[in-house]
Amino acid sequence: MDNALVTVLIAMLGGAIRVSTPFMFVALGETLTEKSGRINLGLEGNLVLGAMVAYAVSYLSGNAWLGVLAAGGSGIFLGALHGYICKLPRVNDIAVGIAMMSFGTGLAFFFGKPFIQPTAPRLDAIPLGDWTGNPALAQALQVNPLFFVGIALAVFMFWAFRNTRWGLIVRMTGDSAASAKAMGVSVDLVRFLATAAGGFLAGIGGAFLSLYYPGSWNQGLSSGQGLMAVALVIFARWDPIKCIFAALLFGAAGALGPSLQSIGISQGYYFFNAAPYILTLIIMIISAGSKAAARDVPGELSITK
Amino acid sequence: MTLTAISRRRLLKVGAAGLAASALPFGIARAQTNVVLGIVYVGPKDDFGWNQAHAVSVESLKALPGITVVEEENVPETDAVAKSMESMINLDGANLILATSFGYYNPFVVELAKKYPDVTFRHAAPLWNKDKDPANAGSYFPYLNQAHYVNGVAAGLSSGGKIGFVAAKPIPSVLSNINSALLGARSVNPNATVQVIFTGEWSLPVREAEATNALVDAGCEVITCHVDSPKVVIETAEGRGVKTAGHNASQAPLAPKGFITGAEYKWETIYKSYADDIAAGKTPPNFLVGGYNNDMLRTTPYGAGATPEAIAAADAAIAALVAGAPIYKGTLKDNAGNVVVDKDYDNYDPYLDGMTWLLEGVQGSIT
Repeated sequence: MDNALVTVLIAMLGGAIRVSTPFMFVALGETLTEKSGRINLGLEGNLVLGAMVAYAVSYLSGNAWLGVLAAGGSGIFLGALHGYICKLPRVNDIAVGIAMMSFGTGLAFFFGKPFIQPTAPRLDAIPLGDWTGNPALAQALQVNPLFFVGIALAVFMFWAFRNTRWGLIVRMTGDSAASAKAMGVSVDLVRFLATAAGGFLAGIGGAFLSLYYPGSWNQGLSSGQGLMAVALVIFARWDPIKCIFAALLFGAAGALGPSLQSIGISQGYYFFNAAPYILTLIIMIISAGSKAAARDVPGELSITK
Repeated sequence: MTLTAISRRRLLKVGAAGLAASALPFGIARAQTNVVLGIVYVGPKDDFGWNQAHAVSVESLKALPGITVVEEENVPETDAVAKSMESMINLDGANLILATSFGYYNPFVVELAKKYPDVTFRHAAPLWNKDKDPANAGSYFPYLNQAHYVNGVAAGLSSGGKIGFVAAKPIPSVLSNINSALLGARSVNPNATVQVIFTGEWSLPVREAEATNALVDAGCEVITCHVDSPKVVIETAEGRGVKTAGHNASQAPLAPKGFITGAEYKWETIYKSYADDIAAGKTPPNFLVGGYNNDMLRTTPYGAGATPEAIAAADAAIAALVAGAPIYKGTLKDNAGNVVVDKDYDNYDPYLDGMTWLLEGVQGSIT
């Protein structure tokens, strides 16, 4: 039984590393956007379109990293579109976000048809666990470079929100548009840029899905991960570092269902497969109720106004 | 997108009305009924799996005279499928509806069949019940478990006999594929086992990849599956360096190193016979099942993962199945120790359609 427990723990570690990266990128992108005072619910669209574009570009050019860049580009496009539309008077950012979600996925399905069948070059992993001599552990520690990029980015964002002029401007725009205006900051421009940059990150998250794990393009690829990642931002209280932990936790919980079945605990797999969602709900209920939590919310968000 | 859909519908409607008008006033007896075949898919029709197998078969019918095909993909197993089928009947004039996903049947196909008694409905799972369900509805289903038996034979001789199975939902046809893979493997290797992981959904790529990794970590040497689109499972297993056996359509190009063989449907045999019956004014059979013996299945050409002994044994197994050799025979226990098979069952015995057990030798649970 001890052995079985180790298997599950290793599988959860591996799952956390493999599955978390797209959540991480989308959540970081959404954090940036929401910090500027706008909600972009359309990142699911960015994720799916990013996955499709990355796969297509990687297939056509033969270079997977070019695909990643192109996915980011497609994310900027959708993000900028969202940012521009929301600049228009009396436009609701949540409604636009839902429209962008359908638009992004629709676009991806439409242009992605010819790329379902072919096999494109994928991103390589860095084998960090070969020294352990344990094949399962070595497999779990096959880490894609994007995972580290995501962590570095989170640390950078955490630092930048506190210590750079740009970070402070984004936060000010998000907390009080009136103060930002008084300071001579163009609120619309800041939000436009924050949404476009957030879209870029979500696009990269999509590239990870199609080029690394699970590593192929098809229409069911994302199955709502972009939406879950947006929810993770609230769960992480708009803190980039907490976004990383939230994404890791979610990935590990997702690996629980299959790995329990693999060691013979096969009863109740529907319940274990729902673990990530149940966990999110519980933590949301516990964390969102406190007064301290209310302080973390950017003041300009349309859900809190 | 909505706009173009509407205009296409309008065009077809006008066209159908024109056809009807031209046919009506003169009352010329037609030798043949034109077949308008409406088919609904639950996913994209190029998914390397279940939907692709259907779409490829329907594609081959399009060239035939007197057949019009109306297709709709990505239709969920909800009220949406009732609307899709109803619009195919009312706007496109469909007289043969093929509902290709398990969850379409009850209540959607059953209710619509009652509402449109002149339209022939056929559903791709053995669910039609002649006592309860409308006479214009029906079921068709090739017994893919025969091909999974062949997969098992080939897998059992191409490895040490530890097979991993990524399965979607514990419905009888999935369970039968798992059990048949085990019996196939045990027919050549008495120590063979099948370890199963259920994902709970027909298509969930990330969890399928996780399940594949978990099975490989648990020591499985061959991975096979029953999910709508096996692409992710086969590619993940190939990436982990283990052998694979396919499902639904050919996945041979996805695993150049480890592919053994695969279980494939041959839907065109069924669809062609339906279209011929309707064209000739006959009612197609309500319940149509088959396997290797009536050309409704095929086995993917052997890949690099298949050993010569495996190929010989698999070919022999196919020949035996064509001759009607039973898969479930003798006394077999389920993995809880209850005797579930106590005699030789014909491969199409109704008892097997209600299977709710996994045989001894299968590690896994259906709840």
